[in-house]
Amino acid sequence: MAITGLFLSFFLIIHLLGNLQLLLPAEEAQLQYNSYSHFLGGNILVKLVAYVLYLCIILHSLDAIYLAYRRKKANGVSYSYDRRGRASTWYSRNMTALGIIIFVFLVIHFKDFWYHYKFGDLPTDVNGNKDLYTLVVVAFEQLWYVILYIIAILALGYHLLHGVFSAHRTIGLYHPMYNKVIRVLGVVFAVAITIGYIIIPLFLYINFQS
Amino acid sequence: MKIKLKIWRQRDSRSKGEFKEYHLDDVSKDMSFLEMLDTLNIKLIKQGDLPVEFDHDCREGICGQCGVMINGIAHGPLKNTTTCQLHMRSFNDGDTIHVEPFKAAAFPIVRDLKVNRSAFDNIISSGGYVSVDTGQAPEANSIPVTFEEAESAFDAAACIGCGACVASCKNSSAALFTSAKISHLARLPQGDKETSTRVVNMVNQMEEEGFGYCTNTEACQVECPENISVLNIARMNYEYNKAKVLAKK
Repeated sequence: MAITGLFLSFFLIIHLLGNLQLLLPAEEAQLQYNSYSHFLGGNILVKLVAYVLYLCIILHSLDAIYLAYRRKKANGVSYSYDRRGRASTWYSRNMTALGIIIFVFLVIHFKDFWYHYKFGDLPTDVNGNKDLYTLVVVAFEQLWYVILYIIAILALGYHLLHGVFSAHRTIGLYHPMYNKVIRVLGVVFAVAITIGYIIIPLFLYINFQS
Repeated sequence: MKIKLKIWRQRDSRSKGEFKEYHLDDVSKDMSFLEMLDTLNIKLIKQGDLPVEFDHDCREGICGQCGVMINGIAHGPLKNTTTCQLHMRSFNDGDTIHVEPFKAAAFPIVRDLKVNRSAFDNIISSGGYVSVDTGQAPEANSIPVTFEEAESAFDAAACIGCGACVASCKNSSAALFTSAKISHLARLPQGDKETSTRVVNMVNQMEEEGFGYCTNTEACQVECPENISVLNIARMNYEYNKAKVLAKK
């Protein structure tokens, strides 16, 4: 859970940095983003990392299902009057629910962009690269799609808020000072990722309103 | 004070339990929570009813015997306090108080508020000790231990094994209890020698007893009467991962 989670968190940084190219002026962004996507699709090293990524998503999900099963089994009969929530944060107790939101989002996300790019028939830009940029921009002209993304990214943000430090705890970081450092860095990371990913759909929606 | 109690009554582990309502009209705010239950039991016995069974021993907050869910929280509203050290002044006149036993698959209910915590004993006997020859007491200064080491080991050793960590955990994990013993002994030169075998045995035993996995919500430390640090869990994970990675067979 911890190792796959940390790898997925690391991927989020790379994915965000790549996608920030969408914020460039339209013509420049189109050519650069399409050639960037073309490069990613063609590079053998990137392909290998992509397979690790798919594997991590699957293992992380399977692990979550197993944890939920163990929880149900270990809890036995539930409390009739339960106020235990005061001792922990709501998002730390609801990582499974947040994870399900993220998973459903990923299915939509993969279908709309990854599948279309890999297996769909996309027109090309002037450089001859598949025009993923236009596909993205058109998608984010719809308000409901932007709202869907924002909800999913907020879920991701809370998932990270607990997940990043929790992963380090599971791996065994017990040093009191570095534990505090990771706690703070985990929050900074979660906030930065959330803001970074929310800016993109919002920016595209506002800029391409006709 | 007038108090309305809703207490979990259950004949044995196999029967179905339910909340029963009781009223006490003359509760003093200086009574401990257990003394209030004693008062109720005297009343019940006089009426010819069966008293409410609950665990207790020292009533000084050091033995770890008492422990019930009070208004849905292990050991009641005060943080880092045992049930016996909770007093009725923490409640208001006319309050309704829900009292339930700790619930987890590994803690079967014996009767009413009493649960069987033998699973904890099994975890300790699977490795929570130092294997040494008994005999004459060794020279105290032959193994140097610094003040800081001794203090931090003692902080972990302060666990009284009440089970509030398991009861407070959404996963019913015994990670705080088990890790307290592992990190107590790992911090001392006498105990550290056996850390790798100890941690693997105790973690395996913890799983065998049917406790859940830790997902680091940290609720356990908040409700722990001894405020045992969740960093002990990190230490246990570290020692466990190290033992597994460096395993010779």
